[in-house]
Amino acid sequence: MSNFIFKLVRTLRRTTFSVLACTAVAAVSADAQTAEIPRTQDGKPDMNGIWQALGNAHWDIEPHAARAALQMQAGPVVPVPAKPVLAFGAVGSVPSGVGVVVGGEIPYLPEARAKKIENQENWSERDPGIKCYLPGVPRATYMPFPFQIFQSSSHFFIAYEYAGALRNIYMEDPGPAQVDSWMGQSVGHWEGDTFVAEGSGFNDQTWFDRAGNHHSASMTVVERYTMTSPHHILYEATIEDPETFSRPWMIRMPLYRHVNEDARLGQFKCVEFVEELMYGQLRKNPIGSEERR
Amino acid sequence: MNMRHTTLISAVLLMIASSGFSSHVKAQVRAQVDGQWVMPRTADGRPDLQGNWTNATTTPIQRRRDQDAVYTPEEAARIEGGRAARTEALNQPSDPDRVAPPVGGDGSVGAAGGVGGYNYFWLDPGDRVAMFNGELRASLIIDPADGRYPSRTDASRQRMAEASQFRRQFGQYDNPENRPLAERCIVSFGSNAGPPMLPNYFYNNNYTIVQTPDHIMIMTEMVHDTRIIRMGTPKPLPEHVKPWFGDSWGHWEGDTLVVETTNFSPTQLNRGQLSGATDNLKITERFTRADEYTLNYEFTVDDPETWTDTWSGEVPFTRLPGLVYEYACHEGNYALFNVLSGARAQERREGGRQTPER
Repeated sequence: MSNFIFKLVRTLRRTTFSVLACTAVAAVSADAQTAEIPRTQDGKPDMNGIWQALGNAHWDIEPHAARAALQMQAGPVVPVPAKPVLAFGAVGSVPSGVGVVVGGEIPYLPEARAKKIENQENWSERDPGIKCYLPGVPRATYMPFPFQIFQSSSHFFIAYEYAGALRNIYMEDPGPAQVDSWMGQSVGHWEGDTFVAEGSGFNDQTWFDRAGNHHSASMTVVERYTMTSPHHILYEATIEDPETFSRPWMIRMPLYRHVNEDARLGQFKCVEFVEELMYGQLRKNPIGSEERR
Repeated sequence: MNMRHTTLISAVLLMIASSGFSSHVKAQVRAQVDGQWVMPRTADGRPDLQGNWTNATTTPIQRRRDQDAVYTPEEAARIEGGRAARTEALNQPSDPDRVAPPVGGDGSVGAAGGVGGYNYFWLDPGDRVAMFNGELRASLIIDPADGRYPSRTDASRQRMAEASQFRRQFGQYDNPENRPLAERCIVSFGSNAGPPMLPNYFYNNNYTIVQTPDHIMIMTEMVHDTRIIRMGTPKPLPEHVKPWFGDSWGHWEGDTLVVETTNFSPTQLNRGQLSGATDNLKITERFTRADEYTLNYEFTVDDPETWTDTWSGEVPFTRLPGLVYEYACHEGNYALFNVLSGARAQERREGGRQTPER
């Protein structure tokens, strides 16, 4: 009986999310009818500009309630923040999010779901973002940093503020990716007013968020960028990875233009920011070693 | 991915990819009218600078003191032939029966670093003399006329001496910050991403340019660094905001893109060609399409408190047939960890200060 109620609640929850998602899409579509989108001289939607996802997908792409920390440990009564993140206090707490996964839940295969939970339990050692590693796709899109699209008749290039990550989305297919890489190889084309980027050649080192969601090197990502107003792009990405997921699944979210006149992409070259974390113990005189002795 | 592996793969892929031209090059080929090259233009009528370029060359930044500004064709042929022969010789397979280098290294300097780190297969330092406006150049610097850096001011010498004194308090392996920026995967070797954008004489001297009406984006392969040049009237950053590669603003003078850069990162000013420069440093760059396969790059470095005169250079950027691959340096930077770890191990062995085992 309780199992039935659980399933019912889950179904209801999913329905709610789907309805929410549909409402959001409908709202953005209505926008599109009232506002003309800018176009390049060759008639394509002009996506040049600085864009950013808002919301909490970078914490956890699945629907989630707020929680005390990204990494928890067992406490005497309830789980409490784990030692590596304790000092951050509420700054390190995870805000709630409605999620960006269409349907609500990532369709993990059982072992892959177990690995996700293990990743979460060891977040501070495993999240590639901690070490300023390249974020991969689609995570680069909704990191809490803007990115800039450089679109011309021959090029579609995305420079991400975070870690100086970048993608040159080839407008002519160079054939299968010759080697796996962090940001993969993407090939773009237009389907009407939608820019479609087909990504492959990813390595298995990147995550989807700070909640341990992961994939294998077999992943492909098909992204769709559709301008719904001069200041909005509807971003959809379909993820396929039979080694990790039982079926293809999709994330969907709006991207917002930085509309302020002095908007510019900042620089977040974080490699030097993590040197103390990664190499501090190898200094000739490790900082704080005097006090420890 | 390990830096070396990336390079290997890049090298292999370059060979594979170089058999096919990008659509951009094809478009340019189509732009030829009766064999006459016609400047490709963007939709807004500007010269189209887009695509992949390389500035790899054998020509050094500074000219040898006894050398004329321009090589004769015979001199250039000798230099290029010498490089080709050297490449051929160094590309011979390694002896499979060779033994490990002796403890502490074999004393050799350069890329192999005493322990056989790199053999020539990994390198791509440039195999052509820089040809600029039809001249076979013996240096990239063209002003001063002797092709060499101008004299430094006393104040600049003083600043460099102070910086050097600060550095001397550390051993070169004491801290990650004591290692070169490229070894730390922060920027490329030398002044690759610039400005000025100079060859690193090592490998991967590759760039991608993408152009929109209000921005020029220049990506340097190492280490996936983008310079975003804003077009129009400069609205400079506040004086204390100093990003890597500075703050660049561009405008068109006829068919030449002119870029002016200020607000250089102090860390960048501490290294290489720009050592000892002040916050007043300004670098002006000029990009002009010269022909189907060449983008002429000119630069002028101006900081009266550092050099007694401005200095300028000219570098040909040539079309790179093929793709530019991801240079994920930091993600596979085992070397920095091992260099520091090795130094600590050596200290322990030499019975110096006790560093805890990890």
